[in-house]
Amino acid sequence: MKVWFTLGLLLLSSTPHAKGIYQTPEAFLQESFQGEPPAPRVIWLNRAIKKSMADILSHPYRGLRLRYWGKDQCTVWILNEIGKERPITIGVVVQAGKLKQVSILAFRESRGSEVRHPAFTDQFQGARLNNDHHLDRPIDGISGATLSVRAVEKIARIALFLHQQPPFTDAPTQQ
Amino acid sequence: MQQQLKKQIIPTLLTLAVSAIIATPTWAAKAPGAEEMWQLILEQRETIKRQNEKIDRLSDQYKQLDSKTKETAEAIAATADAVEQAATGSGEDWYNRSSFGSYGELHYNNLEANNSAGSDKDEIDLHRFVLFLSHEFNEDMRFFSELEVEHSIAGEGKSGEVELEQMYIDFDINGQITARSGIFMLPIGILNETHEPNTFYGVERNPIESNIIPSTWWEGGAGIHGEFAPGLGYDLYIHSGLETNSGSKYAPRKGRQKVGKANAKDLAGTARIKWTAIPGLELAGSVQYQSNITQSTDNTAGKAMLYTAHTVFQNGPFGLRALYALWDLNGGGPESLGANEQNGFYIEPSWKINHQLGLFARYNQWDNQAGNSSDSEKEQMDIGINYWPHEDIVIKADYIKQRFNDKKGQKGFNLGFGYRF
Repeated sequence: MKVWFTLGLLLLSSTPHAKGIYQTPEAFLQESFQGEPPAPRVIWLNRAIKKSMADILSHPYRGLRLRYWGKDQCTVWILNEIGKERPITIGVVVQAGKLKQVSILAFRESRGSEVRHPAFTDQFQGARLNNDHHLDRPIDGISGATLSVRAVEKIARIALFLHQQPPFTDAPTQQ
Repeated sequence: MQQQLKKQIIPTLLTLAVSAIIATPTWAAKAPGAEEMWQLILEQRETIKRQNEKIDRLSDQYKQLDSKTKETAEAIAATADAVEQAATGSGEDWYNRSSFGSYGELHYNNLEANNSAGSDKDEIDLHRFVLFLSHEFNEDMRFFSELEVEHSIAGEGKSGEVELEQMYIDFDINGQITARSGIFMLPIGILNETHEPNTFYGVERNPIESNIIPSTWWEGGAGIHGEFAPGLGYDLYIHSGLETNSGSKYAPRKGRQKVGKANAKDLAGTARIKWTAIPGLELAGSVQYQSNITQSTDNTAGKAMLYTAHTVFQNGPFGLRALYALWDLNGGGPESLGANEQNGFYIEPSWKINHQLGLFARYNQWDNQAGNSSDSEKEQMDIGINYWPHEDIVIKADYIKQRFNDKKGQKGFNLGFGYRF
């Protein structure tokens, strides 16, 4: 009886939001810009950009444009990528060409939700993109979450790549 | 657009102002009288009025253009939304909340017997072709399924099978607990839940997760899974059990009922704890209780326990997998055959040379009759290579050498390819 009571307490006191929506895009933007975010802007994806995105994703990106938020040298991207079956919503903050933050906003897959923990996402901080569009450092994966890990890494690379597109590269982003 | 209009309006206003000044006889040789001044004022007032009217008209035109520009931008955005929704399937219709995928693998074995007691194996086999379908009813309820064809062809007298390996629904009870019901993979070992061919080394799966843990191992039942703390996960299920017998020396692999009119007289339960708090490291252990491993068809056998522990470690290009599994079967029947204890382990270091190429070696040892003094232990060494021309496609080659004490071991090479999407 005591064992079941202890187990029940452990279950009820465990980590909130084991699966589902962990943070709304609005809250992520507020946090990223430490207040009211700037108005969203749109980057239209030309053939060259889509080609590079397909190389990074290992599959074509079928959208026409992407929405982002930018201020000074900081851009914020909220993107979806499927690991195995269902889309993972990932928020990425890029500051002057380096990853500042990667967060899992929503997870819908059957396995691999461990990618949302800071122990995993903190590995991305400070990472840059190589010339071959890979991160400049290895990201240690999570066993059993291989496809989710891969999805997060791809989106981090996509955000860094899009941040490199004019007018984000050098000049502060104008609103 | 706004900048262009400003550029048009400002020169126009300047031109009008200059015209008005020039048209006015301000610079006449002699000073005008009061009447002439009055006329001048009236004319200038009229000119200003006309200029103001023109400015108003331009301003209206600007507002109309601005409005049309916004309308056009909104129309483009709406069109893009519609095109993207159609192209990416991001709408809320049921088919956009469903997903479909597949994986499969083809094997070629070229193995020769170590001696005359054994037999050669020269075989090409479409090992498995799997279709999976999932659907999200809402944020809290999801469906998953996998349908598999093994060995290419199924039917009376054929070597293959058509199997429903998974068909379950996950219900999020709250933020902490997810309930699962249906047919599902048991949370035991490394490969049982994640076995798409591009995710592991070796053409054939390791013999421990075949002969001791009878992967692919699914049962029908219900339970819960979730996390106690970040990186500390648990699974707890009650499900259908094995039905082994003395004819197969109580081998777990021969006892899988595959949830086909399965004998459910004696149920089983599985629990797992998994720790993944440090990226690159997984430590997990599972315990299974079988209330009667023969479903009470053999009164010389009874309950059984399975204990497993494993680690998966990845640090940059270096990887390591290690697993240990142990069965403890009660009863005089299993004991008389030495099957009361069945165990095995493997250790597999690997090195990923680059994004496309990886090398591995594996040492496997197992014994399905470890409970007596007979020398029934088996060993297998593997070395091999995986090549990923695309992250979801893998080509594999390996060399194996077995040492069986019944002298039926083999040695030789395997080739294979696999995919998933």
